[in-house]
Amino acid sequence: MAYSDKVLDHYENPRNVGTLDKNDPNVGTGMVGAPACGDVMKLQIKVNDSGIIEDAKFKTYGCGSAIASSSLVTEWLKGKTLDQAAEIKNSAIAEELALPPVKIHCSVLAEDAIKAAVADLKSKQPA
Amino acid sequence: MDLLQRNYFELLAIPAQFNIDLALLDQHYRQLQTEVHPDRFVNASPNERMQSMQVATQVNAAYQTLKNMTARARYLLQLNGVDTLDENNTIMPTDFLMQQMQWREVIEDANTHHDIASLDALLNEVRSIAKSLALELNTQFNLKTYLDASETVRKLSFIDKIISDINHAIETLEN
Repeated sequence: MAYSDKVLDHYENPRNVGTLDKNDPNVGTGMVGAPACGDVMKLQIKVNDSGIIEDAKFKTYGCGSAIASSSLVTEWLKGKTLDQAAEIKNSAIAEELALPPVKIHCSVLAEDAIKAAVADLKSKQPA
Repeated sequence: MDLLQRNYFELLAIPAQFNIDLALLDQHYRQLQTEVHPDRFVNASPNERMQSMQVATQVNAAYQTLKNMTARARYLLQLNGVDTLDENNTIMPTDFLMQQMQWREVIEDANTHHDIASLDALLNEVRSIAKSLALELNTQFNLKTYLDASETVRKLSFIDKIISDINHAIETLEN
Protein backbone atom coordinates (compact mmCIF):
# COMPACT_ATOMS: atom_id res chain seq x y z
CA MET A 1 0.00 0.00 0.00
CA ALA A 2 1.32 3.42 -0.91
CA TYR A 3 1.74 5.99 1.84
CA SER A 4 0.88 9.61 1.17
CA ASP A 5 3.73 12.13 0.86
CA LYS A 6 2.82 13.64 4.22
CA VAL A 7 2.95 10.25 5.94
CA LEU A 8 6.32 9.54 4.33
CA ASP A 9 7.63 12.95 5.38
CA HIS A 10 6.69 12.41 9.04
CA TYR A 11 7.85 8.81 8.90
CA GLU A 12 11.26 9.69 7.50
CA ASN A 13 11.70 12.86 9.56
CA PRO A 14 9.61 12.35 12.66
CA ARG A 15 9.22 15.56 14.70
CA ASN A 16 9.59 15.65 18.46
CA VAL A 17 10.67 12.09 19.14
CA GLY A 18 11.74 11.72 22.73
CA THR A 19 10.76 11.62 26.35
CA LEU A 20 9.82 14.19 28.97
CA ASP A 21 10.12 13.64 32.71
CA LYS A 22 6.92 11.84 33.60
CA ASN A 23 7.30 12.86 37.25
CA ASP A 24 7.31 16.58 36.41
CA PRO A 25 3.97 18.03 37.64
CA ASN A 26 3.71 20.02 34.40
CA VAL A 27 4.07 16.91 32.22
CA GLY A 28 1.19 14.68 31.20
CA THR A 29 1.84 11.21 29.78
CA GLY A 30 -0.56 9.22 27.61
CA MET A 31 0.13 5.57 26.80
CA VAL A 32 -2.18 3.80 24.39
CA GLY A 33 -2.03 0.71 22.22
CA ALA A 34 -3.90 -0.81 19.30
CA PRO A 35 -4.50 -4.55 19.75
CA ALA A 36 -5.37 -4.97 16.06
CA CYS A 37 -1.81 -4.22 14.96
CA GLY A 38 0.18 -4.27 18.21
CA ASP A 39 1.14 -0.61 17.89
CA VAL A 40 2.15 1.18 21.09
CA MET A 41 2.21 4.96 21.43
CA LYS A 42 3.51 7.20 24.21
CA LEU A 43 2.64 10.88 23.98
CA GLN A 44 3.82 13.48 26.48
CA ILE A 45 2.88 17.13 26.82
CA LYS A 46 4.38 19.85 28.99
CA VAL A 47 2.43 22.96 29.93
CA ASN A 48 3.81 26.33 31.08
CA ASP A 49 2.42 28.30 34.03
CA SER A 50 -0.36 29.80 31.88
CA GLY A 51 -1.59 26.33 30.97
CA ILE A 52 -0.33 26.46 27.38
CA ILE A 53 1.36 23.37 25.93
CA GLU A 54 4.96 24.39 25.30
CA ASP A 55 6.44 21.03 24.46
CA ALA A 56 5.25 17.67 23.17
CA LYS A 57 7.21 14.46 22.62
CA PHE A 58 6.29 11.03 21.39
CA LYS A 59 7.61 7.54 21.07
CA THR A 60 5.69 5.13 18.87
CA TYR A 61 6.32 1.56 17.85
CA GLY A 62 4.14 0.78 14.90
CA CYS A 63 3.52 1.30 11.22
CA GLY A 64 4.31 4.42 9.22
CA SER A 65 0.80 5.80 9.68
CA ALA A 66 0.96 5.46 13.46
CA ILE A 67 4.34 7.19 13.58
CA ALA A 68 3.15 9.96 11.24
CA SER A 69 -0.07 10.45 13.25
CA SER A 70 1.83 10.91 16.51
CA SER A 71 4.52 13.07 14.91
CA LEU A 72 1.85 15.34 13.40
CA VAL A 73 -0.07 15.81 16.64
CA THR A 74 3.07 16.80 18.54
CA GLU A 75 3.34 19.70 16.09
CA TRP A 76 -0.33 20.59 16.44
CA LEU A 77 -0.29 20.44 20.24
CA LYS A 78 2.31 23.14 20.82
CA GLY A 79 0.72 26.49 21.68
CA LYS A 80 -2.67 24.97 22.52
CA THR A 81 -4.50 24.96 25.87
CA LEU A 82 -5.43 21.58 27.32
CA ASP A 83 -9.06 22.05 26.31
CA GLN A 84 -8.06 22.91 22.74
CA ALA A 85 -5.78 19.86 22.72
CA ALA A 86 -8.59 17.59 23.81
CA GLU A 87 -10.66 18.82 20.87
CA ILE A 88 -8.27 17.39 18.26
CA LYS A 89 -10.22 14.75 16.37
CA ASN A 90 -8.88 11.68 14.65
CA SER A 91 -10.76 12.67 11.49
CA ALA A 92 -8.63 15.84 11.22
CA ILE A 93 -5.44 13.77 11.58
CA ALA A 94 -6.63 11.22 9.02
CA GLU A 95 -7.56 13.99 6.60
CA GLU A 96 -4.27 15.88 6.97
CA LEU A 97 -2.27 12.68 6.35
CA ALA A 98 -4.68 11.30 3.73
CA LEU A 99 -4.91 8.00 5.59
CA PRO A 100 -6.71 5.16 3.81
CA PRO A 101 -9.66 3.52 5.63
CA VAL A 102 -7.55 0.58 6.90
CA LYS A 103 -5.23 3.05 8.66
CA ILE A 104 -7.88 5.18 10.33
CA HIS A 105 -7.26 3.33 13.59
CA CYS A 106 -3.76 4.89 13.69
CA SER A 107 -5.33 8.34 13.90
CA VAL A 108 -7.74 7.06 16.57
CA LEU A 109 -4.70 5.92 18.51
CA ALA A 110 -3.19 9.43 18.31
CA GLU A 111 -6.45 11.09 19.41
CA ASP A 112 -6.74 8.70 22.36
CA ALA A 113 -3.10 9.34 23.29
CA ILE A 114 -3.79 13.09 23.48
CA LYS A 115 -6.86 12.49 25.65
CA ALA A 116 -4.87 10.19 27.94
CA ALA A 117 -2.02 12.72 28.26
CA VAL A 118 -4.43 15.57 29.01
CA ALA A 119 -6.27 13.45 31.60
CA ASP A 120 -2.97 12.49 33.24
CA LEU A 121 -1.87 16.11 33.41
CA LYS A 122 -5.21 17.30 34.81
CA SER A 123 -5.09 14.61 37.48
CA LYS A 124 -1.69 15.96 38.56
CA GLN A 125 -2.67 19.60 38.77
CA PRO A 126 -4.60 21.25 41.58
CA ALA A 127 -8.19 21.92 40.54
CA MET B 1 -26.38 -28.55 2.62
CA ASP B 2 -26.93 -26.51 5.76
CA LEU B 3 -23.22 -26.44 6.59
CA LEU B 4 -23.05 -22.72 5.81
CA GLN B 5 -25.46 -21.94 8.63
CA ARG B 6 -23.32 -23.57 11.28
CA ASN B 7 -20.88 -21.73 13.47
CA TYR B 8 -17.20 -22.70 13.28
CA PHE B 9 -17.33 -25.05 16.26
CA GLU B 10 -20.43 -26.81 14.92
CA LEU B 11 -18.93 -27.02 11.46
CA LEU B 12 -15.84 -28.80 12.72
CA ALA B 13 -17.76 -30.78 15.37
CA ILE B 14 -15.70 -29.40 18.26
CA PRO B 15 -17.26 -28.45 21.63
CA ALA B 16 -17.63 -24.65 21.77
CA GLN B 17 -15.14 -23.94 24.52
CA PHE B 18 -11.76 -22.25 24.86
CA ASN B 19 -9.64 -25.33 25.56
CA ILE B 20 -10.05 -27.65 22.62
CA ASP B 21 -8.46 -30.88 21.46
CA LEU B 22 -6.20 -29.66 18.65
CA ALA B 23 -5.57 -33.20 17.36
CA LEU B 24 -9.32 -33.72 17.05
CA LEU B 25 -9.64 -30.36 15.29
CA ASP B 26 -7.01 -31.42 12.74
CA GLN B 27 -8.69 -34.77 12.23
CA HIS B 28 -12.17 -33.30 11.68
CA TYR B 29 -10.76 -30.61 9.42
CA ARG B 30 -9.06 -33.13 7.16
CA GLN B 31 -12.19 -35.31 6.97
CA LEU B 32 -14.42 -32.38 6.13
CA GLN B 33 -11.94 -30.93 3.67
CA THR B 34 -11.98 -34.21 1.73
CA GLU B 35 -15.77 -34.35 1.77
CA VAL B 36 -16.32 -30.85 0.46
CA HIS B 37 -13.30 -30.54 -1.82
CA PRO B 38 -14.33 -28.86 -5.11
CA ASP B 39 -12.61 -31.71 -7.03
CA ARG B 40 -15.44 -34.00 -5.93
CA PHE B 41 -17.98 -31.72 -7.53
CA VAL B 42 -16.56 -31.38 -11.06
CA ASN B 43 -19.52 -33.25 -12.49
CA ALA B 44 -22.11 -31.65 -10.25
CA SER B 45 -24.50 -28.88 -11.25
CA PRO B 46 -23.11 -25.31 -11.30
CA ASN B 47 -25.19 -24.58 -8.22
CA GLU B 48 -23.76 -27.50 -6.27
CA ARG B 49 -20.26 -26.61 -7.41
CA MET B 50 -20.73 -23.08 -6.15
CA GLN B 51 -22.03 -24.34 -2.81
CA SER B 52 -19.18 -26.79 -2.36
CA MET B 53 -16.77 -23.95 -3.02
CA GLN B 54 -18.44 -21.77 -0.38
CA VAL B 55 -18.42 -24.57 2.15
CA ALA B 56 -14.76 -25.35 1.46
CA THR B 57 -13.91 -21.68 2.05
CA GLN B 58 -15.96 -21.66 5.25
CA VAL B 59 -14.25 -24.83 6.49
CA ASN B 60 -10.82 -23.26 5.94
CA ALA B 61 -11.83 -20.07 7.73
CA ALA B 62 -13.23 -22.13 10.62
CA TYR B 63 -10.03 -24.16 10.90
CA GLN B 64 -7.74 -21.10 10.78
CA THR B 65 -9.82 -19.38 13.46
CA LEU B 66 -10.12 -22.32 15.85
CA LYS B 67 -6.50 -23.43 15.48
CA ASN B 68 -5.15 -20.10 16.73
CA MET B 69 -5.70 -19.54 20.45
CA THR B 70 -6.27 -15.79 20.25
CA ALA B 71 -8.55 -15.99 17.22
CA ARG B 72 -10.49 -18.85 18.85
CA ALA B 73 -11.00 -16.83 22.04
CA ARG B 74 -12.08 -13.76 20.05
CA TYR B 75 -14.56 -15.88 18.09
CA LEU B 76 -15.91 -17.57 21.21
CA LEU B 77 -16.50 -14.15 22.78
CA GLN B 78 -18.28 -13.05 19.63
CA LEU B 79 -20.59 -16.10 19.89
CA ASN B 80 -21.34 -14.94 23.43
CA GLY B 81 -22.18 -11.46 22.21
CA VAL B 82 -18.94 -9.76 23.28
CA ASP B 83 -16.89 -7.74 20.77
CA THR B 84 -13.20 -7.53 21.75
CA LEU B 85 -12.98 -4.08 20.07
CA ASP B 86 -9.48 -4.67 18.75
CA GLU B 87 -9.87 -1.68 16.45
CA ASN B 88 -11.26 0.90 18.84
CA ASN B 89 -10.26 0.02 22.35
CA THR B 90 -6.87 1.64 22.84
CA ILE B 91 -6.91 1.85 26.61
CA MET B 92 -4.77 -0.90 28.06
CA PRO B 93 -3.27 -1.07 31.56
CA THR B 94 -0.30 1.33 31.59
CA ASP B 95 2.14 -1.21 33.02
CA PHE B 96 1.22 -3.61 30.23
CA LEU B 97 1.90 -0.95 27.58
CA MET B 98 5.15 0.09 29.30
CA GLN B 99 6.27 -3.50 29.04
CA GLN B 100 5.37 -3.57 25.34
CA MET B 101 7.53 -0.46 24.89
CA GLN B 102 10.44 -2.04 26.76
CA TRP B 103 10.23 -5.21 24.69
CA ARG B 104 10.19 -3.17 21.49
CA GLU B 105 13.33 -1.36 22.70
CA VAL B 106 15.03 -4.72 23.34
CA ILE B 107 14.21 -5.79 19.76
CA GLU B 108 15.54 -2.49 18.43
CA ASP B 109 18.80 -2.78 20.40
CA ALA B 110 19.21 -6.42 19.41
CA ASN B 111 18.79 -5.49 15.75
CA THR B 112 21.43 -2.79 16.08
CA HIS B 113 23.91 -5.07 17.83
CA HIS B 114 23.09 -8.30 15.93
CA ASP B 115 22.29 -9.83 19.28
CA ILE B 116 20.33 -13.01 18.58
CA ALA B 117 20.84 -14.33 22.14
CA SER B 118 18.85 -11.52 23.69
CA LEU B 119 16.08 -12.00 21.11
CA ASP B 120 15.94 -15.70 22.05
CA ALA B 121 15.74 -14.76 25.72
CA LEU B 122 12.98 -12.25 25.00
CA LEU B 123 11.08 -14.84 22.97
CA ASN B 124 11.15 -17.23 25.93
CA GLU B 125 9.97 -14.52 28.28
CA VAL B 126 7.12 -13.45 26.01
CA ARG B 127 6.05 -17.05 25.37
CA SER B 128 5.84 -17.78 29.07
CA ILE B 129 3.64 -14.71 29.50
CA ALA B 130 1.46 -15.93 26.63
CA LYS B 131 1.07 -19.24 28.48
CA SER B 132 -0.03 -17.59 31.70
CA LEU B 133 -2.48 -15.38 29.78
CA ALA B 134 -3.92 -18.54 28.20
CA LEU B 135 -4.49 -20.02 31.66
CA GLU B 136 -6.12 -16.79 32.78
CA LEU B 137 -8.34 -16.82 29.71
CA ASN B 138 -9.44 -20.39 30.36
CA THR B 139 -10.48 -19.45 33.89
CA GLN B 140 -12.32 -16.37 32.60
CA PHE B 141 -14.25 -18.45 30.07
CA ASN B 142 -15.13 -20.99 32.75
CA LEU B 143 -16.39 -18.22 35.03
CA LYS B 144 -18.10 -16.51 32.05
CA THR B 145 -16.42 -13.21 32.96
CA TYR B 146 -16.41 -12.19 29.33
CA LEU B 147 -15.35 -8.57 29.74
CA ASP B 148 -12.21 -9.69 31.57
CA ALA B 149 -11.68 -12.32 28.88
CA SER B 150 -12.02 -9.60 26.27
CA GLU B 151 -9.16 -7.63 27.85
CA THR B 152 -7.02 -10.76 28.01
CA VAL B 153 -7.68 -11.35 24.29
CA ARG B 154 -6.53 -7.79 23.55
CA LYS B 155 -3.36 -8.45 25.56
CA LEU B 156 -2.79 -11.66 23.62
CA SER B 157 -3.14 -9.73 20.35
CA PHE B 158 -0.16 -7.59 21.39
CA ILE B 159 1.76 -10.68 22.50
CA ASP B 160 1.11 -12.48 19.18
CA LYS B 161 2.36 -9.45 17.29
CA ILE B 162 5.52 -9.15 19.33
CA ILE B 163 6.24 -12.88 19.01
CA SER B 164 5.96 -12.61 15.25
CA ASP B 165 8.17 -9.49 15.26
CA ILE B 166 10.83 -11.24 17.38
CA ASN B 167 10.78 -14.28 15.08
CA HIS B 168 11.09 -12.02 12.09
CA ALA B 169 14.03 -10.16 13.68
CA ILE B 170 15.79 -13.45 14.48
CA GLU B 171 15.29 -14.73 10.92
CA THR B 172 16.60 -11.49 9.47
CA LEU B 173 19.71 -11.54 11.68
CA GLU B 174 20.40 -15.20 10.95
CA ASN B 175 20.42 -14.65 7.21
